[in-house]
Amino acid sequence: MKKFISIILILAITLTGIFFTTKLLEPKYMTGILEGAMIGEYYDDPTDHDVVFIGDCELYENISPVYLWENYGINSYIRGSAQQLIWQSYYLAEETIKREHPDMIVFNVLSMKYNEPQNEAYNRMTIDGMKWSKSKVGSINASMTEDEHFIEYLFPILRYHSRWSDLNSDDFKYLLHRDKVSFNGYYMRVDVKEATDVPEGRPLADYQFGDNAYYYLDKLTKLCKDNDVKLVLVKAPTLYPYWYEEWDKQMVDYAKENNLTYINFLEAQDEMGLDWTKDTYDGGLHLNLAGAEKLSKYFGDILSKDMKVPDRRGDAALEKYWKTVEARYEAEIDRQNTNLERYGNVHGEDED
Amino acid sequence: MLFTSYEFLLFLLVVFIMYYLLPGRAQWSFLLLASYAFYFMCDPRYLIFIMVTTVTTFFAAKKISDKKESFDAWFKEHKKEYEKEERKALKAKEHAAEKKIFLACLLLNLGILAVTKYTNFTIANINGIMASFGRPDGFSFVDLIIPMGISFYTFQSMGYLIDVFNGKFKAQDNLFKFALFVSFFPQLVQGPISRYADLSQTLYEEHKFDWRTVSFGLERILWGFFKKLVIADRILVAVQAIIADPDTYNGFYAFAGAMFYALELYADFTGGIDITIGVAETMGIKVTENFIRPYFSKNIKEYWNRWHITMGTWFTDYIFYPISASQFMMKLSKKSRARLGNNLGKRVPVYLSSFIVWFTTGIWHGASWNFIVWGLGNFVVIMISQELEPFYRWFHSKVHVDGTFGWRLFQVIRTVLIMSSLRMFDCYRDVPLTFKMFGSIFTDSSLAQLTPAAFTGMGITGFDYAVVFVGMLILITVSLIGRSGSVRGKIATCAEPVRFIIWYGLFMATLIFGAYGIGYSASQFIYNQF
Repeated sequence: MKKFISIILILAITLTGIFFTTKLLEPKYMTGILEGAMIGEYYDDPTDHDVVFIGDCELYENISPVYLWENYGINSYIRGSAQQLIWQSYYLAEETIKREHPDMIVFNVLSMKYNEPQNEAYNRMTIDGMKWSKSKVGSINASMTEDEHFIEYLFPILRYHSRWSDLNSDDFKYLLHRDKVSFNGYYMRVDVKEATDVPEGRPLADYQFGDNAYYYLDKLTKLCKDNDVKLVLVKAPTLYPYWYEEWDKQMVDYAKENNLTYINFLEAQDEMGLDWTKDTYDGGLHLNLAGAEKLSKYFGDILSKDMKVPDRRGDAALEKYWKTVEARYEAEIDRQNTNLERYGNVHGEDED
Repeated sequence: MLFTSYEFLLFLLVVFIMYYLLPGRAQWSFLLLASYAFYFMCDPRYLIFIMVTTVTTFFAAKKISDKKESFDAWFKEHKKEYEKEERKALKAKEHAAEKKIFLACLLLNLGILAVTKYTNFTIANINGIMASFGRPDGFSFVDLIIPMGISFYTFQSMGYLIDVFNGKFKAQDNLFKFALFVSFFPQLVQGPISRYADLSQTLYEEHKFDWRTVSFGLERILWGFFKKLVIADRILVAVQAIIADPDTYNGFYAFAGAMFYALELYADFTGGIDITIGVAETMGIKVTENFIRPYFSKNIKEYWNRWHITMGTWFTDYIFYPISASQFMMKLSKKSRARLGNNLGKRVPVYLSSFIVWFTTGIWHGASWNFIVWGLGNFVVIMISQELEPFYRWFHSKVHVDGTFGWRLFQVIRTVLIMSSLRMFDCYRDVPLTFKMFGSIFTDSSLAQLTPAAFTGMGITGFDYAVVFVGMLILITVSLIGRSGSVRGKIATCAEPVRFIIWYGLFMATLIFGAYGIGYSASQFIYNQF
């Protein structure tokens, strides 16, 4: 009996030690690169969204769910992450449908240009935050670059052990919890850096999207059809990465063949009133808050009027939830504006 | 498959579980299967080479052994029928017949080793000679496979063949058992170079799961990983930076590089051997120790008795002694004594044999002049040290420091410095550059080089140096404790919580401070390439 207790005790201490060490060494993404924390935030929120946006920065920096709620009563969430690849979007969609079954999934098609795993750091920012499920396993297997190993996702300490020399107060502060960094998946920036000298895209040897990208787009289409979820393909109106006509045509054709809606917002820039001297914070790569709200208004009209996404204002539980998000949203606008005035950047004194 | 890869750990886990689940009589067969699977996973083409060595050595040794046995039986029965001279002639005839088989097998296998490892080195030298005679268009280099660990398994097999030829033991009757001896996976790629008489005692036995044996093995594996990942692979970056840029990193940096390399090589090689011995131990198999605290040696001779012991004894037993005792050396000894006097003359054959041993030791380590000069450097140092023996005796009769801590410390530091200097040949791209960098230690060192910024500019940070320093202190402490008996044995006598803290601490230290995974290039064990 004594031996048994000591074995249990040894196991408990060992596993607890590894657990806390892992938690300590994992990147927290609470300052600087916030994008790594966004996928994980999703699980804390109510789950009956009507619209879920899935894709890369062209969604999570360009559309404001708060605006959609305030002006159209659309209950939405962005499951976005930096350089989210299409297979990652597929597995996020699979998990989302299993978890909450939204009426509509909106997918940004820029990631069609990637046919192979790209970058370990971006993989991590998308995958680490996912809860363990068949979808996460699928996403890991589809995303791993040559240097990556599945076991490093299973035991993150094997990946992040080298952070011991970079630990800071945030690592201790956020050992077991995280603050919210997004507003239902939206990454806010209020500053302005106008887009000047936007270059034309350089000619490519081959404009055809890759087989692997199409394979996952087909899977996404089938997944949505099988589960009676409307899939909408969009291309955000940002100026670069350059969106080629040849790429656009492929998406138009694909949407037609599969009876899907495809909206290229680049073609509606004037209609939505985008002003590239005011509506971007990084010279045309992403929209700032003003730009994101213009796009949200334009798309909100389509979602609400054309696609009949219901107005859920009046739902007490949702009203209560969105009130807290709105409060944070307004506070963040104030914080960033104050920092802009005081320090000339949105981050404040201590950050670049 | 690197010992430090996840694939190896998974492989090990599967082998370990299967090994103890299988009936005892099937264990060795399973190990053979696992060993071949391991080598196959390294590169399927390697299998052809190891199979050729295994099969040829097995049948040659068996033939020799059978011949020996039947001759001995026949001779015992019939020796009375022959005169002394006739008996001698019969024995000589038998020996000559065995020798033919022995030499054929030896030459074939050493030939494979020579062709795979030394063809391009030979071509480079021929091209160099041709170029010096105004013929710059030399031979093209050939793209040959060099099977991982070929030097180790060839030497191990040839040691077996020589022992059988010398009648030390009867040849193994079972081809598959012999194949396991040659290919036993933990020691296949970096040794130790086991002797059949030692390894076979536990290799084919049935082993029941014994917690103490298994835990001792696991502890040894963990200690090996600590040395390799926390110390060797962390300081490796600085070593590589210094070697890669000799124009910048000369003078004191070259000295620091030599010291860092000494630490890296020790932690790397002994770490690898710890893993090897530990893996074997978890399965109840005893593999010969290869190191006995070599950096505590008082002189180079002692150092070589404590560093890569199985290689040293192999060269001594299979090259030095046979050459020293050869008819040629006997004649040489006679002649040199006659011409140079007894005192000097008797040294000629010994020194010549040593020269050959160190030349082969050098070239065994690698197909380059760097290794040959390194080997001969060792020869020169050992010879000088022997020649200075009378001087040391005189010195100690006048100055009574022998046995004092200070003198002992001086001896240890001297050994480390000499060995580290010689090892600079391992590092730099050619012999002239090595001499130049060694010379720069004395001509270009300056205090201005001793800035923290310069050392953190080598790709490792102050934190890395701190980890390496603490790791080195742990190494020294463990070595000091080990002088009075098995460290693991001592830890085993501690109270359970103390034992747990020690091993858990080591595990977590390796897990956190180990240089592995993304951001670190997976580094092969240095001795894998030999």
